[in-house]
Amino acid sequence: MSLSRESKAEHIRHIMQTEGNAVAENTRGFNQGRYDSVAKLEAYDELKDEAREIKEDAIERLPELIDELTETVEANGGTVYIAEDAADANEYVAQVCDEKSADRLVKSKSMTSEEIEVNEHLEAQGMDVVETDLGEWVLQIADEAPSHIVAPALHKSRAEIATLFNEYFEPEEELETAEELTMFAREQLGELIEGADVGMTGANFITADSGTMALVTSEGNARKTVTVPETQIAVAGVEKVIPTVEDLQPFIELIGRSGTGQDITSYISLLTPPLNSPTMNFDDPDSSVSGAGEDREFHLVLIDNGRMEMREDEHLKETLYCIRCSACANTCANFQSVGGHVFGGETYSGGIATGWEAGVHGQESAAEFNDLCTGCSRCVEACPVKIDIPWINTVVRDRINSGADVPVETLVDGLTPDTETSGPGLQKRLFGNFELLAKLGSAFAPLSNWVANSPPSSYLLEEIAGVDRRRDLPKFQRTTLVEWFESRDAVPPADPDRKVVLYPDLYTNYMMVDRGKAAVRALEALGVEVLIPPVSGAGRAPLSQGMIDTARSKAEGVVDQLGPYVEAGYDVVVIEPSDLAMFREDYARLVPQEQYESLAEQSYEILEYVYGLLANGADADSLNLATDGETVAYHAHCQQRTMGLDEYSLAVLDECGYTVTTSDVECCGMAGSFGYKEQYYELAMDVGSNLESQLRAADCDHVIASGTSCTEQIGDLLGDEPFHVIELLAPQPTQTTEETL
Amino acid sequence: MSQITAKTYDQFTAAVGSYGVDITTAEPEGVADVIEELVDPPAVGTPLPWDDVALPDTVQTEPTTGAVDEAVTGVTAASLAIAEYGSILLRMDEDGSEPVSLFNDLHVAVLREEDIVPDMAAAFEWLGPELRDTRDSAILATGPSATADMGALVQGAHGPKQVKVVVVT
Repeated sequence: MSLSRESKAEHIRHIMQTEGNAVAENTRGFNQGRYDSVAKLEAYDELKDEAREIKEDAIERLPELIDELTETVEANGGTVYIAEDAADANEYVAQVCDEKSADRLVKSKSMTSEEIEVNEHLEAQGMDVVETDLGEWVLQIADEAPSHIVAPALHKSRAEIATLFNEYFEPEEELETAEELTMFAREQLGELIEGADVGMTGANFITADSGTMALVTSEGNARKTVTVPETQIAVAGVEKVIPTVEDLQPFIELIGRSGTGQDITSYISLLTPPLNSPTMNFDDPDSSVSGAGEDREFHLVLIDNGRMEMREDEHLKETLYCIRCSACANTCANFQSVGGHVFGGETYSGGIATGWEAGVHGQESAAEFNDLCTGCSRCVEACPVKIDIPWINTVVRDRINSGADVPVETLVDGLTPDTETSGPGLQKRLFGNFELLAKLGSAFAPLSNWVANSPPSSYLLEEIAGVDRRRDLPKFQRTTLVEWFESRDAVPPADPDRKVVLYPDLYTNYMMVDRGKAAVRALEALGVEVLIPPVSGAGRAPLSQGMIDTARSKAEGVVDQLGPYVEAGYDVVVIEPSDLAMFREDYARLVPQEQYESLAEQSYEILEYVYGLLANGADADSLNLATDGETVAYHAHCQQRTMGLDEYSLAVLDECGYTVTTSDVECCGMAGSFGYKEQYYELAMDVGSNLESQLRAADCDHVIASGTSCTEQIGDLLGDEPFHVIELLAPQPTQTTEETL
Repeated sequence: MSQITAKTYDQFTAAVGSYGVDITTAEPEGVADVIEELVDPPAVGTPLPWDDVALPDTVQTEPTTGAVDEAVTGVTAASLAIAEYGSILLRMDEDGSEPVSLFNDLHVAVLREEDIVPDMAAAFEWLGPELRDTRDSAILATGPSATADMGALVQGAHGPKQVKVVVVT
């Protein structure tokens, strides 16, 4: 193993051992909570659209909105300071504290304040800085960084927090339960807040029309933080500005549901500072609690720190729509296993963190963890502002690749005929150029399979390209699907109901030829004419490695080759869900609009297509119906679920009489090439273990899956490769359909 | 605001109830007695902004910081409620409603039935012009203060451990 891959694997292993359990339990709880909570929201999709529109408009008009907000806040009696970067912001905050001769600043939770590291700056000037959010306070005592943007201490169990408190505070009676720990914190922090000179908060949103900032909280510490002291400072990224009070509505309905699965958090503070509410002087018990807060002072520190540049960057711009709800982290299978201490940069964590880190701290910070996004796309539907998070990860990966050194090894030069002008590392290029690998593998099968999996080859592949030797490599077939199809003597159905091009994706064509044959049998049995022309790979493999130029040239090849069929009225049926996702989603960014649209509109996932045929009168009896209540355990592919296509497989299985148990894990863990990489092998297996236990518990007659990587991963987990859905449902081969050379 | 529908009211009580918040209804003239029953003394409060509704004498108004600190209960008005979410709107004011509703273990909120709106959209239709005009501040509160940061859900992290709502019918 190379040193960097080895240390990465070691770090991941350590975090999984020490924090993995708490992270998994909490993130999966939040994720399930999200599903439950948004299901109750009738207008969920409309609210997401609305939220997205508001953010698009606000970021578009940002300079104008900042001016409007500045005028508004000043008219309200506050001060606005636009800080160019972290240092600028910190100096301003320190200056305000200095002018107030402040000794203690109390804070409510703010990731932006973590980003600028204001605590360290103020502490260096001798100030007492107290985090009053319980999770943040735990981390302040433990001297650790947040592992999650909403629940910063979610990697710590109750028992660990109890040990920490008992050692640090040495209370008369040892603290044990969550109730005891909370009440202890309430008392300690209550006193610290009562004696505070300055209160600092972040802001979830700030409206330009009234100068109202919304704080989404549950504990009540933010309320106390702004109520008690005379001086309030709010630090917020410039992207938090939205036009009007009314614009808050969709965000308030979405943010808690999307993040922790709460319909709404306990407190939504709608603060228009300086507050028209009395300050509290706990040093003088006889002081009155009344008055319009005449003694109050308010400073809004709006932080640029790279954001205005992100706004000009067509790919990073979407990051600014992020409302930091944490849905992308909670729904991410990899994040669920490791948390933000692995899947995170200097400040931010989870899928969207790549955009934030690249924008505010620079690409190097994003490069630390960007690989952990496998592009499974489960976060896309979870995101309340519909950010294409996998795309941001792909673009940043491409940029990181371009900055990397071009590998000097010549051994695999022939295996990397990509169009990348500069440097993705060797591992990425090997996986990115999977098409050539597949062609060679198939041409030399079965020899290539023996060689690739032989100890010396496994060793070399691991040493040079980081392909984990514990994995069995995919088995290439000597006869490809396209060759088999060309050579068979089958008579096409006369007067077919529909005409189909079955797309020979690389996996089906070179490795899983049986599922391709099954698809042909099923389609023909349902009265469809099938063609399988030779077509290039869809570009999924290079795209997943951040090799966008290579993916684009593949995509251009595919639309050129499939174009004439599409024009002639053929439907394009795809077996591999990740390739269908290319046609339907990613090609929008890779090929001309018109070509994208016509292909996307006429492409179908195989079971989606079968469902359509059955709905239009085809006879399900032509398929392999269940006998004696056969049961199946089914794991849908991540991208298939994001496209909403798993329902078709379930419906067809049901119509054919099968009793189906589905897994609810977000991703199998293999995720294309991710699980083959030696530095991520253990993480991939940890992610997979959740799936394994669900499949075993289902205890069904068959295990079936839809994607290639899921099939490989389940094969490794269960010791037996599952079938594709279509292999279960297709009629048995006959002489006519199967005849070959 | 106009008369609310029975459906909106039922939705509100169900939503509020799901957060463990008790609701007591009272005619205007009976509100003081109901509050008297609900509070855990000592209690502090801020004047209710409606002519026909009053606090009981046992609830100390115009409290000092010391009185707020020592009180177990705080009584304040809620100016709006959202049926769909079981949320109540606590408006900050010069009488100190924010600290009075925040620093004590029990918060008793008094709400007029006609101020319950069906959903978040309706609430913001009202809040938009209101906040632009007054530049006031308010808290949309749903249930008691809560945290799960210590490994399990606990009520009363910093704010009230318990909330009771009196609906004036």
